[in-house]
Amino acid sequence: MPTFVYMTRCDGCGHCVDICPSDIMHIDPTYRRALNIEPNMCWECYSCVKACPQNAIDCRGYADFAPLGHSVRVRREEEKGTISWKIRFRDGREKNFVSPITTKPWGQAIERLADLPAPSQAEIKSPLLCFEPDALLVDGGLPAVSKDKFKQGVYY
Amino acid sequence: MAFNTVHEDCDILVVGGGMGGCGAAFEARYWGRDLRILVAEKANIDRSGAVAQGLYAINCYMGMRWGENQPEDHVRYARNDLMGMVREDLAYDMARHVDSAVHKFEEWGLPLMRNPETGRYQREGKWQIMIHGESYKPIVAEAARKSVDKIYNRIMVTHLLMDENHPNRVGGAIGFNVRTGDLHVFKARAVIVGAGGASHIFKPRSVGEGMGRTWYAPWSSASAYALPIMAGAKMTQMENRIVLCRFKDGYGPVGAYFLHLKTYTQNAYGEEYESKWYDHTKELVGEYIDHHPTPTCLRNHAFLQEVAAGRGPIHMVTTEAFQDPHKETVGWENFLGMTVGQAVVWASQDIDPKYINPELTTSEPYVMGSHATCSGAWASGPEDVSPDEYFWGYNRMMTVEGLFGAGDALGGTAHAFSSGSFTEGRLAAKAAVQYIRDHARDEVRISDQQIDRLRKEIYKPLETYQVYRNEIVAGSVSPHYILPLHGLQRLEKIMDEYVGGISVNYMTNEPLLKMGLEKLRILQEDLESIGAEDLHQLQRAWELKHRAIASECVTQHTLFRRETRWPGYYYRGDFMKLDDDNWHVLTVSRRDPESGEWTLEKAPVYHLID
Repeated sequence: MPTFVYMTRCDGCGHCVDICPSDIMHIDPTYRRALNIEPNMCWECYSCVKACPQNAIDCRGYADFAPLGHSVRVRREEEKGTISWKIRFRDGREKNFVSPITTKPWGQAIERLADLPAPSQAEIKSPLLCFEPDALLVDGGLPAVSKDKFKQGVYY
Repeated sequence: MAFNTVHEDCDILVVGGGMGGCGAAFEARYWGRDLRILVAEKANIDRSGAVAQGLYAINCYMGMRWGENQPEDHVRYARNDLMGMVREDLAYDMARHVDSAVHKFEEWGLPLMRNPETGRYQREGKWQIMIHGESYKPIVAEAARKSVDKIYNRIMVTHLLMDENHPNRVGGAIGFNVRTGDLHVFKARAVIVGAGGASHIFKPRSVGEGMGRTWYAPWSSASAYALPIMAGAKMTQMENRIVLCRFKDGYGPVGAYFLHLKTYTQNAYGEEYESKWYDHTKELVGEYIDHHPTPTCLRNHAFLQEVAAGRGPIHMVTTEAFQDPHKETVGWENFLGMTVGQAVVWASQDIDPKYINPELTTSEPYVMGSHATCSGAWASGPEDVSPDEYFWGYNRMMTVEGLFGAGDALGGTAHAFSSGSFTEGRLAAKAAVQYIRDHARDEVRISDQQIDRLRKEIYKPLETYQVYRNEIVAGSVSPHYILPLHGLQRLEKIMDEYVGGISVNYMTNEPLLKMGLEKLRILQEDLESIGAEDLHQLQRAWELKHRAIASECVTQHTLFRRETRWPGYYYRGDFMKLDDDNWHVLTVSRRDPESGEWTLEKAPVYHLID
């Protein structure tokens, strides 16, 4: 369902333009509001819908196969760590869902690697990645396999 | 064109900030504290790549901490699913590291579901764990952003730059800013390609407003392949395109439905159909049909046969499982977390799977390297695992020096998915840091001539449009240029009809492929006359050029492999059977960057695991 923008709600802030992975949300030069310039390259990913502070963007199912009269609305709240969906069918039935989007305070849980002690030469030479082997949570460290087990082009 | 040129000098350039690129950006900083590390991303890394809208599962997690799977098991699984053809060294290496990435995701706040009885991650199937992953990408992007010196969003990278001091060595990348139009020249000592695979090279089932509703994201424009190919890197298994069995029109995923909700398929008359195609399939592929689990392509094959026999459509039986309110919630949230479009299709058509068994379909083909397929660049494996023919100094380095890959860009690593792509980025980044240390004295040289030549090429579509636009009154029909959408639709039609797309039931043969190559050659000539009205269309023009060159590679590989290795993905009508005597091998190609000539060869499949 390609996105479209409600004229009376959009204030032209451009959040949708910044986030759209397909580069199809642009600001209309006449109306100074957002629009979807290329609906047939819209993946219906809802990135712009979620990003819009004015709830001005909605989707209408692709005309080729989606009859009118439905809606799928979303509210993504980083401070609450949730996303809420309301699905309305063409015949008026509704379904509502709420899911978590994070378990941590938004934007604060990830450390800066540059602040950690620098790795040693021996670590640089090893096949281990950062935080390994600890982050694998296994006894015995990184698994390995002997090279002489290779067999060329045989059935298995 | 009066655009500025922005020069950047760095140690590591990551091209494409999806899961692979973010993994690379993160890991590079850990090992390369003093290095200058940059990311060039076509969109905005908070919502870019295949995971932009989220995921409801992480499809590659071993669970070694609980003894659930070992890396060997992953190799057996991926190999089996791809009918024997994977790089087992790369698969093993990814699998032994992937758990540590998933554990970091959990620490970063990604909500991983837990099984209330065991306390372990909630399994969807043997390999998949269930997540509330709407914000998977922004969380991972934050880790990348906190690691690198700078993220350049909205840079369409068009070409890799070659170092003029050393033969066959990468020296950076070049592209333009989609907003300002500025030319961006990145000189780099190592480049990690984390760009996307290919949607929209075969004609999609929906060709009107819904053409963007492809299975893989429409912004996956084959840059993962075009960039290395144009630099002369070798590619592997590019014929191994994938066809997906999905819910009709929205391409909503079926994994959780099959594995967790225990829904199942039946034909239009309520009959089970897979088993009746057993003997027929055995004729084609021999004992591969007896493998467990049944390879994805062979399940597709039974689906296609049943529909061709006149007993379609195939339905997913959801009405039983959806009586359980918990399962119903999982079924819907599965879409809302990663394929919202399917929820919209069902809402618009009043399809409530609690009462109606929805239709399934098989998609148009896609070329990518991280799902149940493994197209991509031919890359070195890790020193401690790989045999000599698979190892040339640095893990995940392509056959061009200093050029690394991750995710869709890497060939031979099926079933990596999001977590595995991130892990491959990490592996590539650590090796790239090592490469830079080992070549600390080498000076990379990019001449002004190289930049000027590419600058002209990059902006040519804008110029072509400007010169010829006023020759016509208005509209899109010009005798001197075609627009990016015109070219895209011609490409999709050629690939569809000659290289095994939906309209020919995935069938091709040598005469068709040769005709397809000729048409692709002429298309590429016409792409020299592509017109771009503005910077957005210039991005589309370059995406199309990337898709076209990747398509040529796909067609060359499909012609080279004279067997039908993956029935259900595509068929060689002239060689309908799997042929292990001659084709139990990986296919490897190289396009000479000067002449444009292709050479293809067989490379051995080494089985590392019993």
